[in-house]
Amino acid sequence: MSELLQFLFSGVTVGAVYALVALGFTIIYNASDVVNFAQGEFVMLGGMLTFAGSAAGLPLLLAAVIAILATAAMGVLMNKFAIEPARGAPVVSLIIITIGASIFIRGGTQLIFGKQIHTYPSISGDTPIRIMGATILPQSLWVILGAVLVFIGLWLFFTRTLLGRAVLATSNNRLAAQLVGINTNFVMTLSFALSAGIGALAGVLISPITMTSYDVGLALALKGFAAAMLGGMGNPKGALVGGLLLGLMEALTAGYLSSQYKDAAAFIIILAVLFFMPQGLFGRKSTERV
Amino acid sequence: MKTTLTTTALSTLLALGLATAASAEIRIGATLSATGPAAFLGDPEAKTLEMLVEEANAAGGLNGEEIALVLYDDGGDPNKARTFATRLVEDDEVVAIIGGSTTGTTMSIASVAEDAEIPFISLAGAIEIIDPVRPFTFKTPHTDRMACEKIFEDMQKREITTIGMISGTDGFGASMQAQCKDVVGNYGITIAADETYNPTDADMTAQLTKIKNTAGVQAVLNPGFGQGPSIVTRNYKQLAIELPLYQSHGVASDGFIELAGADAANGVRLPGTALLVPGLLAADDAQKSVVDAYKAAFEGKYSTPVSTFGGYANDAWLILSNAITTAGEADPAAIRDAIEATTGLAGTTGIYNMSAENHLGLDLSAFRMLEIKDGGWTLVE
Repeated sequence: MSELLQFLFSGVTVGAVYALVALGFTIIYNASDVVNFAQGEFVMLGGMLTFAGSAAGLPLLLAAVIAILATAAMGVLMNKFAIEPARGAPVVSLIIITIGASIFIRGGTQLIFGKQIHTYPSISGDTPIRIMGATILPQSLWVILGAVLVFIGLWLFFTRTLLGRAVLATSNNRLAAQLVGINTNFVMTLSFALSAGIGALAGVLISPITMTSYDVGLALALKGFAAAMLGGMGNPKGALVGGLLLGLMEALTAGYLSSQYKDAAAFIIILAVLFFMPQGLFGRKSTERV
Repeated sequence: MKTTLTTTALSTLLALGLATAASAEIRIGATLSATGPAAFLGDPEAKTLEMLVEEANAAGGLNGEEIALVLYDDGGDPNKARTFATRLVEDDEVVAIIGGSTTGTTMSIASVAEDAEIPFISLAGAIEIIDPVRPFTFKTPHTDRMACEKIFEDMQKREITTIGMISGTDGFGASMQAQCKDVVGNYGITIAADETYNPTDADMTAQLTKIKNTAGVQAVLNPGFGQGPSIVTRNYKQLAIELPLYQSHGVASDGFIELAGADAANGVRLPGTALLVPGLLAADDAQKSVVDAYKAAFEGKYSTPVSTFGGYANDAWLILSNAITTAGEADPAAIRDAIEATTGLAGTTGIYNMSAENHLGLDLSAFRMLEIKDGGWTLVE
C-alpha cells in the first residue's frame, strides 16, 4: 500500500513538472498553431536566472520575479526578431525557427552562466511530508499548486476574457481576426510574453527538485510536448491531465515493471492514444471550413 | 624591382628562420573536446596542456629544445578527431599525440596513431582503449572497472554481500553499470535489484522504493554523472533509507555535496582521486607534491577549481615529458619505448607503472575511498 502511494507521489511530482511545461506550450500554440520548441529554454531561463539572481545576493523571491519578467521579455524579443520577420511562412518553418531560437538561447546561457549544474533552496524546506508510509517533498506540492493555478488562470483567460478569445480567434484565422478589429500583432506579442513567463515560473518552481543547467531545456521541452500531445495540444486541461498521466505512467512502470522500460512504456501509450484519438484526450476536433 | 628583391630576401630569411626553429623544437600534438557536449572534460584538459607547455618552455624546454604544442578542438566528434589526428601526423609532423577527451574520439585517434606509429596518450576512461594492448596507445585515467573494484573492496570490508544498483542510462552510467556487473562476482557480492534512470529525470523515488523493498539488500550503488546522482542522494534521504549509499567517481567534486545538500550527502561513500582531497593527503604521500603543484598552478592561472579531468591531462604531460627526457631524443619510437618503461611516476591520478602488458599503469591505490561527513570529505582508510 505504502509502496503504491510512493509510486503515485513520485508520478505526481514528475507529472506536475511535465504539466507546467506543457501548459506553457498551449498559449503560443493557441495564438499561432506553432509548437514553440524554445519553451524548454524558457523553463531553463527561469531556473538559471533565479539562481544567478540569488547568487548575486538578491532575496530568492525577488530573484524569481526578476527571472520571470526577464524571461517574458526574452519571449517578446524572440517574437519580434525571429517569428515576426517570418510572417506568412508555413507553420513548419516557424517551428524550425523556434528550434533555432532554442539553440541560440542555450548557447548564450552557456556562455554567460557557464556549464555548471545549479540549484537553490526549496520554498518550504526539504523535510519530506509523510503520508501512510510514503513521502513527498513540500516543493512537489508547490509545483502541483503552481500547475493547477496556471491551469485555472489559462482556462479562465481563454474562455472568459475577451483577450483570450482574441488569441483563439487569431489562431483560427488571422485575417478574419484583423477584420473584426483584433490587433493580431499585440496578441502574438502577448502570447509570447505569457508563454515565456509561465515557462519561467515552471523553471523557478521545479529547479529545487530537478536542478538546472544551461542544457536542461531540451529534455523538458520533449517531455512537456509529449504531455501536451497526449492531453490535446492547445488545451490547458489537456496539458494538466497529459502531464500528470505521463508522470504517473512513468512512475508506475518504473515501480512495478522495470525502470528500463519507463520511457518506452510512456511513449507506447502516447502513440496508442494518438492512434485512436489523433487530437489527444481533450483536443478540439479540427474541421477546416473552406 | 627593389621592393620585390626586399620581399624575396625577407621571405628567404623567414623561411630560413622557420627551418631552424623547426629543427630545434619538439612538436607535440593534441586533439581535445574543448567545446561541445564533452566540453566539461576537454576544456580543463586543453587549459592544462597549454599551461604546462608554457611552463616547460619557460624552464628551457625538454632536452634543451623548445616545445611546440599543436592543439585542435574536435568538439567531441570522432570524425573530426580522426581528421585532426591525420593532420597532426601528416602536416604538423608531431612526435606524440595527447588527447581524445572521450572514448569515441580516442578510438578514432588511436587507429591513426597506430598506423603512423606515433605514441598516443588518451585521456578517456574506457578499458577498451588499453585492453587489448595496442603498441602505441596509452592512457592516464583509471577505468570504471577499477572504480567498481574499489567500491566492492570497501563493501567486502563492511561485510556487505547483497546490493541494489541504480544506474544512469547515459554513456558513463551504462558503461560503469556493465563493468560493475562484470566484476561483482569476484567479491562474493550479488546484485539483487538493478534499476536505471534517465540523466534528465526529476525523481527516482519509484526506483529507490523498489530497491528498498527488495529483500536482503544491504547497500546501494549508483553509477552516474551530472544531476542524476544528486537527485538519487536527495530521494534516498527523502525515503529515509538507512543502507549505505555508494556513488561513483563521476560525481567526485565539491559541487556534488552542494547539489545533493550536505545533510542528504552525509555518509555517502565514493572513490575519488588524490586531486580531490589535497588537504587530506599525508605529508609523505607520494602524490602530494604533484597534486599541490598542479592545483596551485592551475587555480592561479585560470581562477577556476581544478578538476579530475584536467588532472588526466597533467598526468599525460608528465608521462610524455618524462619519456622524452629519458629517451634523450624526440623520436616517436624511442618515446614509445620510454613511455612503456615508465615506473613509479607520481601523477595527480595515481602512481604510474607502465609495462608492455599494461599501458595504463595504475592500480587500485589510485583511488581513495572517501566518505562525505558534515559537508566535507574524509578518507575511509
